[in-house]
Amino acid sequence: MRRALRPLVTVLVFGLAWWALSRFAGIPAYLLPDPGSVATALWRNRALLAWSTLTTLTETVLGLLIGTAMGALCALAMVFSRSVRRWLMPVLLLSQAVPVFALAPLLVLWFGFGMASKVVMAVLVIFFPVSASLADGLAHTEPGWIELARTMGATRFRLLTRVRLPAALPAFASGLRVATAVAPIGAVIGEWVGAASGLGFVMLNANARIQTDLMFAALLVLACMTVALWMAVDHALRRLLFWVPDMRAADIEAAR
Amino acid sequence: MDFPGQTQSPPPALHLRALSLVYDKRVLFGDLDLTVAAGRFTVLLGPSGVGKSSLLKIAAGLIPAQTGSVEADDGKPLAGRIAFMGQQDLLFPWADALGNVSVGARLRGETPDLDRARALLAEVGLADRAASLPHTLSGGMRQRVALARTLFEDRPLVLMDEPFSALDAANRARMQELAVRLLRGRTVLMITHDPLEACRMGDTLVVLDGAPARLDAPLTVPGEAPRPPDDPAVLQLQGALLRRLMR
Ligand SMILES: Nc1ncnc2c1ncn2[C@@H]1O[C@H](COP(=O)(O)OP(=O)(O)OP(=O)(O)O)[C@@H](O)[C@H]1O
Ligand SMILES: [Mg+2]
Repeated sequence: MRRALRPLVTVLVFGLAWWALSRFAGIPAYLLPDPGSVATALWRNRALLAWSTLTTLTETVLGLLIGTAMGALCALAMVFSRSVRRWLMPVLLLSQAVPVFALAPLLVLWFGFGMASKVVMAVLVIFFPVSASLADGLAHTEPGWIELARTMGATRFRLLTRVRLPAALPAFASGLRVATAVAPIGAVIGEWVGAASGLGFVMLNANARIQTDLMFAALLVLACMTVALWMAVDHALRRLLFWVPDMRAADIEAAR
Repeated sequence: MDFPGQTQSPPPALHLRALSLVYDKRVLFGDLDLTVAAGRFTVLLGPSGVGKSSLLKIAAGLIPAQTGSVEADDGKPLAGRIAFMGQQDLLFPWADALGNVSVGARLRGETPDLDRARALLAEVGLADRAASLPHTLSGGMRQRVALARTLFEDRPLVLMDEPFSALDAANRARMQELAVRLLRGRTVLMITHDPLEACRMGDTLVVLDGAPARLDAPLTVPGEAPRPPDDPAVLQLQGALLRRLMR
């Protein structure tokens, strides 16, 4: 009950503050539209927004899937071979030093105005958190578990699949949660640079035509999409990690 | 890996020879010799931090010693013939109690004999907790699952590090008797801090003490284990052992 109430209160307070600001602060509507006109814009452009959401969501989910697979493979390669780790780790760190967003125009040039460049963008954004979290989890297996498995005659492969991978799952899950939250940013930035569809495309066009209400509506939809995606991933991860005692539940108990 | 006939062939004695171990330039022990007699129950005692767990891990081949060797007296390699129970229970949090007991078979790629795993869980008094995850068990319950996992391995050589330290007195006494019964005829080396436990279970007692640590001459306990806890001979020996440990 409380869990459902809190976000509702947050949204209500936020909406109220927004309305008050747009109503009484004297900010012109083309800078800050009031909630009512944004709702109207949302309803009028529902077909456009739905179609755009589908585009952005597809880009994001594809980016997440490909980025997670590639990040996981990279982490496994680094765990399996010391020389791969020595070569790949500096490259990974260097790739973080280059702002991925600065690459967006180049990616559009290389991969075109379609979905591909946005998917690549999302992949680049999430690759590091995914591979770093899994590599970290795999590198910090409880030494006692490895010792025990060795006395039991486990091969290196079964040690990995039956001990180290499950043990690394909680760390991997945190990386995946971060990745889910930032993947849409990658897709939208790709759309800003050059696209024919998507929420980022709608926002950019609305901005140029000073349709601030539509721009806000698209932003709202993007936020909802990201939250929904995050909640779906979080739910799936919790089911996978049923064996991890829920710290958040414990925190709630402690707070009472 | 497969180890045919491991239970049929008589268990070997374990020879630890001229072992030395140095951590951060601190010599834990140098030139240590210990023979764990074939088919007998040997108990290792000594103050906390003296190096008992380290010695047991060297015997299990888990950490290397600076010098010395660990061999079975039948000349065959030790790999695959040792069951090891560490000082922590080290249960896998993602597997239920039954899965943890039978985890060795899965790690070797064998089909686990779940009936035997269930029977062992029942022996340690956890028949109704087979489907429980480790974090829902108490410390003592977890230790009993770890004991069942060690017994499930069915190895001729068994090394155990304070296997009953988290149990209440009654369960501890029960588990002592169970372990003696199920490990009879195997070569066992067990660490404990409890002199009574040592006197009830052990055929031979050795005390590791000093810095660098040395082993006292082994003490032979008369009579067949598990010895009753109120046996005057056991109680007397326990007292003498405690005096020795307090020295
Ligand atoms: N990996 C390690 N690196 C450095 N020092 C270590 C390591 N493991 C153990 N030691 C040190 O070696 C000494 C012996 O440790 P060990 O665990 O063998 O003691 P123990 O006799 O089993 O003690 P207890 O009865 O408390 O379990 C301790 O002083 C400990 O600090
Ligand atoms: Mg110890």
